Amino acid sequence: MLLLLTAVPFLLATVALVVPARLHRPVLLGGALLHAGGVTMLWVTEPAPSAFLAADPLAKLFLTTLTVLFLACVVQAQAAARPARDDRVFVACLLALLGSMTLVALSQHLGLLWVAVEATTLTSAPLVYSDRDAHALEAAWKYLLLCSVGIALALLGTFLVALAAAGGAPPVHSLLIPELRAGAAGLSPAWLQAGFIFILVGYGTKMGLAPLHSWLPDAHASAPSQVSALLSGSLTTCAFIGILRPLGILRAAGQGAFALGALVGLGLLSMALAALLVAAQRDFKRMLAYSTVEQMGILAFGVGLGGAATVGAMFHAMNHGLAKSALFLSGGNIQHSFGSKRLDVVRGAARRLPISGPVFLLGFLALAGSPPFGSFFSQFAIVNGAFASGRFLAGSLFLALLALVFIAMTASVSRAVLGDPSGAAEVEGTGDGLLAAAPPLLLLVAVLALGLFTPAPLRRLFAAAAAGIGG
Amino acid sequence: MATPPLAGVLLILVILIDLFALGTSRLNAIIRAVALQGALLAALPLVLAGWRGAEPELLLLAAGTLAIKAFAVPRLLLWAIREAAIRREVDPLLGFVPSLLLAGAGIGLCFAVSAGLPMRGVQGVTYLIPTALSTTFCGLLLIVARRKAITQVAGFLILENGVYLVGLPLAFEMPWMVEAGALLDLLAGIFVMGIVVYHITREFSSIEAPPAPTRGPERAAAAGLPSLDPTTRGC
Repeated sequence: MLLLLTAVPFLLATVALVVPARLHRPVLLGGALLHAGGVTMLWVTEPAPSAFLAADPLAKLFLTTLTVLFLACVVQAQAAARPARDDRVFVACLLALLGSMTLVALSQHLGLLWVAVEATTLTSAPLVYSDRDAHALEAAWKYLLLCSVGIALALLGTFLVALAAAGGAPPVHSLLIPELRAGAAGLSPAWLQAGFIFILVGYGTKMGLAPLHSWLPDAHASAPSQVSALLSGSLTTCAFIGILRPLGILRAAGQGAFALGALVGLGLLSMALAALLVAAQRDFKRMLAYSTVEQMGILAFGVGLGGAATVGAMFHAMNHGLAKSALFLSGGNIQHSFGSKRLDVVRGAARRLPISGPVFLLGFLALAGSPPFGSFFSQFAIVNGAFASGRFLAGSLFLALLALVFIAMTASVSRAVLGDPSGAAEVEGTGDGLLAAAPPLLLLVAVLALGLFTPAPLRRLFAAAAAGIGG
Repeated sequence: MATPPLAGVLLILVILIDLFALGTSRLNAIIRAVALQGALLAALPLVLAGWRGAEPELLLLAAGTLAIKAFAVPRLLLWAIREAAIRREVDPLLGFVPSLLLAGAGIGLCFAVSAGLPMRGVQGVTYLIPTALSTTFCGLLLIVARRKAITQVAGFLILENGVYLVGLPLAFEMPWMVEAGALLDLLAGIFVMGIVVYHITREFSSIEAPPAPTRGPERAAAAGLPSLDPTTRGC
């Protein structure tokens, strides 16, 4: 069952490569629906774990968000005008990306996890280059090279963890996460810490934590908006899983303190850097990309604090995924209508696009943590966790940085959405079609619903996911 | 565990190749050096296993490493530089002599740090881990110190070779699945990178071609080409 969940997208990706062009979109939609069905089955049947794959709470949390996002992106992609070019590579890469992200979430083996993360990079690089111009090429190259180097360092870290296990007392000859956690007390500390540092740097690059984020704004801004939504909403969190699994081992070995400190530091640094750079962006997709750097900082900060804040971070991972993809998808509609993503061209989107414009504004408010959206409660839980555990300095810094980013983005977003669109460039034949406007609207409604009423099973899931990484 | 003499020689050669790649400007030579390094890495597990006899899995690992690191990947890169008609790394971000000095310091540091790590349980040789870390460092240095995409790919290969060396002691301990997965990913990664390099060459070929001296810059500006990042300048 778990194997099918990750294998079916790969199979469909192969199918997409061979079938004629008119079947590509049905195959893509079919893949998204099958994946959604599979994830629903995870909730209903609780399938038995195999040696390498298990649907633990962290995996379930990530997969639930992923499948909703993917479905929304695919539905919107159905609405887009059919490209003149053959899009089989695009469809195949999207499906393979879905399969490899699923594998990352389910994997219970550090080596398999690594292979899957590398696969997400290789399958998403062609997606970044979809526009086939010089900017997209430069972005794709930076993305490919920096993330490959990062992931190579993560492999080095994985090997060092394996050395820690092989040299432990008693030795553990395995990279299976449950076995490593069971034997954690005997692992050799120096190797384990060295390994975690490399893993943090490696997967941190892929996640977009400062100072290793430099590829992220280029890649996320150059990709088509549906791809940006997936990259920002899911792939970054997916890389975070690569850090969280080893973190669980470190905490089981009683060496959590230094790992958590590193996460808090990197988290605050990412937020500070985003606060500095987000106001300077002249392109709203780059602005959203810097906001992703900030949000990854929030997640790292929350997990680094431990306790209630970690539960908040798990909740926030879901909120961020939904809100950020609502922003990218509605932003994509705005970009089509104005024929530009430059902030000095786009103005008054709310009047021209009665759904996408307001969704963009409300999505921004949701992301910034305004009540009653879900992200208000998740960010509040993180702040609350910081102050409850006596980390007053860290908590105050966190609040100050949140406020700074909010202020920095407010001017740009309000000018783009409110105001008068007359005189701005307009592309003929664009507007809020049902298929184009409904997905971001529904994603926004989901963030709102999570804030108004968080279902009990989900709340238990956040707590269990936090407990699963030793929080 | 003491280093078998032959393994020690191989490891020294690996480090010398790191330095050679940092010290030369000829792309052809760098790629051939990386291929030779791949061949050395393929031989290492067999040399290390000498005392316990080579098992079939180990032979398979060695054969796979040889095929991919010493033949397939270098061929792909040689094809790429032939297509792009580039021979030399000109105007590196960090000069060749400073690169070598920095590499020397880095290698010294790697050996010093490794002396402090507990080696209990690490099958194999004393100098394996410091050599591995040094190679990783030199690969990183090559990536950040050079402008041409193809040199950066070579740097990435050297980096991967360093990581492979760290994993080598584990080849005796664990299912070799991880190493095999790493090799396959490397092949796929270089394949995708090769395609991107090919596109970079095509996209920017108008800039590579020597334009008429007076009109060059204006033409490039008029064509609306983006100001090039160091990463993509000339291939």
